Amino acid sequence: MCLAIPGRVEQITEGDVRMGRVNFGGVVKNVCLDYVPEVVVGDYTIVHVGFALSRIDEKTALETLDLFEKMGALEEELAGEEEIFARAASAQPSPCPDGSCEPSAEDVRSVDQAGRPVSK
Amino acid sequence: MADGSSTPDFSNWSCPLPLADYPTIVMGHGGGGKLGNELVEHLFLPAFRNPALENLGDAAVFELNSGRLAMSTDSFVVQPLFFPGGSIGALAINGTVNDLAVSGAEPKFLSASFILEEGFPLSQLAAIVRAMADAAATAGVRIVTGDTKVVERGHGDGCYINTAGVGVLRPGVNVGPHRAQAGDAILVSGTIGDHGMAIMSVREGLEFESQIRSDCAALNGLIADVLDAVGTGVHAMRDPTRGGLASTLNEIAASSKVGMEIDEARLPIRTEVQSACELLGLDPVYVANEGKAVFFVAAESVDQALAALRAHPLGADAARIGHVTAQHPGMIVARTGMGANRVIAPQIGEQLPRIC
Amino acid sequence: MKYLTEFRNGEVAQRMAREIHQVTTRPWRIMEVCGGQTHSIIRNGIDQMLPAGIEMIHGPGCPVCVTPLQLIDKALAIAAQPGVIFCSFGDMLRVPGTERDLFQVKGSGGDVRIVYSPLDAVELAVKNPHKQVVFFGVGFETTAPANAMSVHLAKRRGLKNFSVLVSHVLVPPAIEALMSSPGNKVQAFLAAGHVCSVMGFWEYPPLVEKYRIPIVVTGFEPLDLLDGIRRAVIQLEKGEYRVENAYERIVTYKGNLPAQKLLAEVFEVTDRAWRGIGVIPKSGWRLSEPYREFDAEERFHITGIHTEESPICMSGAVLLGAIKPAECPAFGKECTPRHPLGATMVSSEGACAAYYNYGRFLSAEDLAHAGAALTGAMNG
Repeated sequence: MCLAIPGRVEQITEGDVRMGRVNFGGVVKNVCLDYVPEVVVGDYTIVHVGFALSRIDEKTALETLDLFEKMGALEEELAGEEEIFARAASAQPSPCPDGSCEPSAEDVRSVDQAGRPVSK
Repeated sequence: MADGSSTPDFSNWSCPLPLADYPTIVMGHGGGGKLGNELVEHLFLPAFRNPALENLGDAAVFELNSGRLAMSTDSFVVQPLFFPGGSIGALAINGTVNDLAVSGAEPKFLSASFILEEGFPLSQLAAIVRAMADAAATAGVRIVTGDTKVVERGHGDGCYINTAGVGVLRPGVNVGPHRAQAGDAILVSGTIGDHGMAIMSVREGLEFESQIRSDCAALNGLIADVLDAVGTGVHAMRDPTRGGLASTLNEIAASSKVGMEIDEARLPIRTEVQSACELLGLDPVYVANEGKAVFFVAAESVDQALAALRAHPLGADAARIGHVTAQHPGMIVARTGMGANRVIAPQIGEQLPRIC
Repeated sequence: MKYLTEFRNGEVAQRMAREIHQVTTRPWRIMEVCGGQTHSIIRNGIDQMLPAGIEMIHGPGCPVCVTPLQLIDKALAIAAQPGVIFCSFGDMLRVPGTERDLFQVKGSGGDVRIVYSPLDAVELAVKNPHKQVVFFGVGFETTAPANAMSVHLAKRRGLKNFSVLVSHVLVPPAIEALMSSPGNKVQAFLAAGHVCSVMGFWEYPPLVEKYRIPIVVTGFEPLDLLDGIRRAVIQLEKGEYRVENAYERIVTYKGNLPAQKLLAEVFEVTDRAWRGIGVIPKSGWRLSEPYREFDAEERFHITGIHTEESPICMSGAVLLGAIKPAECPAFGKECTPRHPLGATMVSSEGACAAYYNYGRFLSAEDLAHAGAALTGAMNG
């Protein structure tokens, strides 16, 4: 249920079904774009069994990669126990530490890489 | 034409009329009578022209230097018959040439037998024969005897070919699948997965557009260069055809009772081949090759072997991919791009495309 | 490949793994739901990179593995019929039915064809008007939009010779079934990123609240998996539980609305039997009334199916994460990819197949040390 790979849309044909030529690292296939009406030529999209399922947000992709690159960079060795506890102690407190709150759907937020909530 | 065939020029055939009346294969072509003879006279002979063949005896008669001989046979049933970078004809010659070459022999003479389906277009047969002639000329071998049979429509896939070949073993060379030793380096002559993905690209239900071409090629020249450079430094060689690099490594590991360690980052793979594998969920190490060789070389001979490979046009992308170890005999362990390990297991049946 | 290769950077992966080591103070058990994630973890050795206390439990997200045996046997019966072109994804070809598999049916003369997309099957129906084309519509929510479109197009074009054998299963009910089964040890979930690209992740907050477990929407490449695991561990260490999206470049909260719209039109929710697990209520999709004519089970009326699972197969326990494949007594002995007893050993993303093919009859630790000499030798 999972093998979906990113490809670049090179050409779109509107018709009975919206189809596009999508280039996956040099391999080109005709893909159904009916489910991604917002995708235009030049966009990247994720394709599963010949169907584009989502546009790839390139800005987000690059930001994510950037954050990954920065991980683990400063620490050369595994931190000792004290450091781990200190880090845990100084971390962002939970909005509802005892788990008794009833969040609404809007309360479900994305969190950034440090675990801090960001608004949608 | 899209199927690789071209219409033969019947005008200079000495009996053009009867052949031109039969643009497709009929049962009579396999019967040994007039129709069959015409195929030989006007198609096979002109293409494969050499003295041993032209006697048209029941057997080819030729001389070989004394010494040890090697013989190999293979049948070719690929579909489609023509694919990017090659055809069943090229495969039929190069496949047998390569089996002899990786045994340490210089290939000399081949037989070629055809099983044709009634209704098979002569123009396609002519194109296949032309490809065989070209491949034989490039490899420096001669097709000295052959046979044609025809089966009823519906009982064959158009064209099956069997080739058998004889070669002379190079003196002093002693290679075999049981001879890989701990400490040997594992070299591959170039990029893997090209042939299998070229076939996939034109396979019904899975086709895709790409520049991927089969690597189908005769390896005897390349292998001769390596043997010239390091001689007995080569312990084992094989061409990783069906089942890909993975199958070859596992077969030799089992024969030689050794383990192997591979560095995945060093496997030479064309970007497009990798992309096509991602698309279909295939692992390149299990994908067929038709113009590559794997060498198990004594550690002290690696540099010369690599230099010899890279100096040859077919070996430009040659790489050292791992080594043989006494640990975990029979098991191939690969270091992944993550720096973790995984086993390259023997393949069970044909690798199938997947969606999950 | 752009937006794929970068997420396989080994050096960055090592550093991300180090981050996980640094934030982990206690053992945790995390389940990755999707079989594709299991495959990636085992294939890339991600579990070898984690701190010893983090245990990845492999989930039931392998639609091939959970397709009921009875449906497989029906598929085999249909595929063997003359006049039928049976189309399937490659994954299904070697899944064992009671007596044989699709590959063997093909070998006996059945017209069984592998397709990349369900649209290829529709094309075959158009090109072969005198044959019945049947498509094996297996999958989770990721594959459902493609299958839905194929049926929708067949209806629009008035095709009379196209039908689908439907075996669609849903992730959230599976998570629910897992969490409420006794002996469940899962403390956090990595939700299936591509399922969520279709469905969004609005279905997960109620689960998070009910069971008080972190759920992190996670991708499939090594860096994505490491990030998902990292986020899950951070929540667990803090005693938090909420839904996080670690696959933001592709997944949104609401998901793919055009796809959900067509899914609602073509499918309706139904109870489904999961092979090895049992019936999970409201855990599957079947064709809705307006599309029922395209249901292959109704069109072909196969009867007389007598199913029989191997008595020693423990696929169900593997799928629920109760045991690891190597803990099954039959693993590697009576049950191998060549002679599979159950679907988890033959599906490309089944946990048993992944363990066997990537060498996990060795322990993860032994495997990690197997290549120790590699670096030294290669630099020679």
